Amino acid sequence: MQSRRKFIKISTASAGTMMLPLSFPSFFSGDDEDVSKLKKVPTYCEVCFWKCAGWAYVNEKGDIKKIVGNKFDPHSNGRFCPRGTGGVGMYNDPDRLKQPMMRKTRNGKQEFVNVSWNEALDFIAQKMKDIKSEHGAESLALFNHGSGGKHFSTLFKAFGSTNITAPSYAQCKGPREEAFKATFGKSVGSPEPADIKNTDCLVLLGNHIGENMHNNLVQEVADIQDRKATIITVDPRLSTIAAHSKYWLPIKPSTDLALLLAWINVIIDRGIYDKDYVEKYANGFDELKNHVNDFTPEWAEKITEIPAEQIKKTAWEMAQAAPKVIIHPGRHVTWYGDDTQRLRAIAILNAILGSYGREGGFYLPNKGKLPKMPLPAYPKPNWSWKEMMGDKYPYAHYSVANAFIDATHPDFKGEHKLKGWFAVGTNLTTTIPDQKRTLEAIDNLDLFVVVDTMPAEICGYADVILPECTYLERCDHPRISPHRKANFAVRMPAVKPKYLTKPASWMVMKLGNRLGLQDYFPYKDYSEVIDWQLRQIGSSLADMKQRGVKLQPEFNHGLFIKDGEDYNFKTASGKIELYAHDLEKKGFDPLPFYTEHEKPSKGFYRLNYGRAPMHTFTRTTNNPNLTDLMDANNLWVNSITAKENSLYNGQEVWLKNQDGIVSAFSINVRVTERIRPDMVYMIHGFGRSNKMLENSYGKGISDSELITNVKIDPIMGGTGMRANFVSFITEKPRKEEAIV
Amino acid sequence: MRYAMAIDTLKCVGCSDCVVACQTENDVPQGYCRDWIKETVNGLYPTVELEYRSERCNQCDNTPCVRTCPTGASLVSDGGIVLVDDDKCIGCGACIESCPYDARYFHPEKGTVDKCTFCNHRVTDGEDPACVSVCPTKCMYFGDLEDSESDVSIALKNRNYKTLAPETGTKPQVYYLV
Ligand code: SF4
Repeated sequence: MQSRRKFIKISTASAGTMMLPLSFPSFFSGDDEDVSKLKKVPTYCEVCFWKCAGWAYVNEKGDIKKIVGNKFDPHSNGRFCPRGTGGVGMYNDPDRLKQPMMRKTRNGKQEFVNVSWNEALDFIAQKMKDIKSEHGAESLALFNHGSGGKHFSTLFKAFGSTNITAPSYAQCKGPREEAFKATFGKSVGSPEPADIKNTDCLVLLGNHIGENMHNNLVQEVADIQDRKATIITVDPRLSTIAAHSKYWLPIKPSTDLALLLAWINVIIDRGIYDKDYVEKYANGFDELKNHVNDFTPEWAEKITEIPAEQIKKTAWEMAQAAPKVIIHPGRHVTWYGDDTQRLRAIAILNAILGSYGREGGFYLPNKGKLPKMPLPAYPKPNWSWKEMMGDKYPYAHYSVANAFIDATHPDFKGEHKLKGWFAVGTNLTTTIPDQKRTLEAIDNLDLFVVVDTMPAEICGYADVILPECTYLERCDHPRISPHRKANFAVRMPAVKPKYLTKPASWMVMKLGNRLGLQDYFPYKDYSEVIDWQLRQIGSSLADMKQRGVKLQPEFNHGLFIKDGEDYNFKTASGKIELYAHDLEKKGFDPLPFYTEHEKPSKGFYRLNYGRAPMHTFTRTTNNPNLTDLMDANNLWVNSITAKENSLYNGQEVWLKNQDGIVSAFSINVRVTERIRPDMVYMIHGFGRSNKMLENSYGKGISDSELITNVKIDPIMGGTGMRANFVSFITEKPRKEEAIV
Repeated sequence: MRYAMAIDTLKCVGCSDCVVACQTENDVPQGYCRDWIKETVNGLYPTVELEYRSERCNQCDNTPCVRTCPTGASLVSDGGIVLVDDDKCIGCGACIESCPYDARYFHPEKGTVDKCTFCNHRVTDGEDPACVSVCPTKCMYFGDLEDSESDVSIALKNRNYKTLAPETGTKPQVYYLV
């Protein structure tokens, strides 16, 4: 592809000048280092979005020795997951970004050149002003993920743009948020308020808890195993949790909605739903009953390949446990493009079993509070992503990252175009499917700034790269997340920023100064703001350095709806909408239907992907502590499939998808009985293509590059990624023009 | 006193937190480990069984490694914990050869043999080994077998268990709950 913004493999000239000696850990200290001499610094983890609070232990030399959970923190209960425990690898990673870099053309060749912070920030500020005067501040967009992004949000709003988005919605949990909103009047939120530890029956659809290490969730699932609670796992793959479940339903891929409708059918047909709860709190039961009348277990058996008897038995198990039952909404649910409807079926099933707002079902979360430091009012933008998206995704209550790409793409016909992007902590090309389109959009930008700790693939397309220091080297907004107990947690720097890296809070303050927005950033160091906030509630930084986490019982309300309580759901009717009037008004089915999805043609296998417990996507696949545990993904293939294609265990293969895209790298076959013969599976986040990632470059395949058939959810814009099919190539393919 | 560990295979998800926690706690060099995860899959789709096990030195009662050590560096310490005395170890590797569990490795920087110590330094302070303290599923139980109220004693009382390669006669003290 002809591109102004050629991908630059950040290496040679720029990297050469800044290589620093590797610091080797001291091996002898482990057993005899006096732990009491280690300094404990409170932090919350940034290796994934669960944001567990813990402690970084630092020795006198300033080495981070270990990171452990804070036992007062409800996200971690004092135990970090492997990624959090290995989080120190983010700090020690020798491949980190070390200095600001800018794209420059020298002798007709584009390359990244190391620059000073002043040069980088001056350039960005000037470009921002230019874009503002030519197109308006609104044409600048922010893609963010994680705590660095929060600081940039402040900068954007102060500058006059609310065009802020995150792939965690339309590429991940968006459908469940909207389905729960349409049903219960409230989206699910994160962490999910599923009362797992008190449940008697946990139902998981394609949700591989234990492979995704959402910390307290994993802990609670292990707890209920001790008391032999029923776990029902629906997955075409024998996931770890499937192996630990009382029922594993090895479903035919893409048919989950048929199974859900059949469960609803059985539960209504046999009258084993929660009649009192439905009568008191729900609307639309009669319509639902009529709707599911034909969706019998026998009907579903033909579609899902799950025996009707098994469907009935598992429905019965749920009803037995109700209301202590959870049909878990999952997290990454953008699969086939009808995902909001599938999640609606999940919401309905929970509703008729009376689990929402009940112990052992879904609790009503509490949230801590901290006063915000008063800032000048933000200017009112002339337009926002709402006007930009128009009526495209009528039930999207959050901004849709792929719609931002559309509004940047040269083929965009709308009035509100985007001209500049900031990507903060998000590797857009591996996160948002259809890489080609993303790159075409990037090529159409006047400014592209990437802020990251690592040379993620997206850095290769930036005009300016700003190296952020890791979470262990900075302080950020206190973490205030909904949970059972209202609480907040603080993050303080355990060590000074390595190399020339800086915290995002510093970057926006410096940019703010250049843009005349200094009043929005009234600090030299962000800890001053936190200290001010804490003092308003009678605490202080000094106090929080001792505790890390503070519980705020004053903000706790009851976790559950009381028996007979006149609870008002936040829907238009005040009731649970089994029949979703909101969706009907927008022209969508008010009750979910099963639709058939694409199937693999001969010689092709459905590409499925997921998580490994020791990795968080591309965020960790270069982390030396975690690559020690897994340094490449492999391709799960059933023995039947292996035989059909003459593949053997450990064989190196390349993949070609239905659109003729060939993987940039190879992957080793893992022949296993844990997977259905009509699909293959790999861990997401490998196949790194930026050469500056010396530890991970070229190891395994990136599923993202093979996801080109994207099924958009018309309700909220989610990008369904599971209708892609691959065939095996056993000889090294001729070098093709890989896009990354 | 007899230290032992019981690990619940029905709860272990094979996440490797025990491995990375051990590596940071004990400064295990990159590329090496004192504990590791084994996965066993049996059957044919869809009748399949899966087991994950967190494995390490079994702190055996009958120790081939100690017997074969020519310098007395491999020794049995308080509570039955098998240790290597760095000052005496000449790195000959006889113990590595003799261990049926492949639980020992040659430490490239120290020049001596290294292995799981049950986090001796933590245990003497009354703490659990690092792997046990971090495990998100709480599937690992540690303690004194001679104390009937210890976590490990209670776990072994209530459940069926197995040990690894019992036929070698090593009398392993790491138990797997099944
Ligand atoms: S779940 Fe693990 S990676 Fe995520 S925040 Fe918690 S400790 Fe960190």
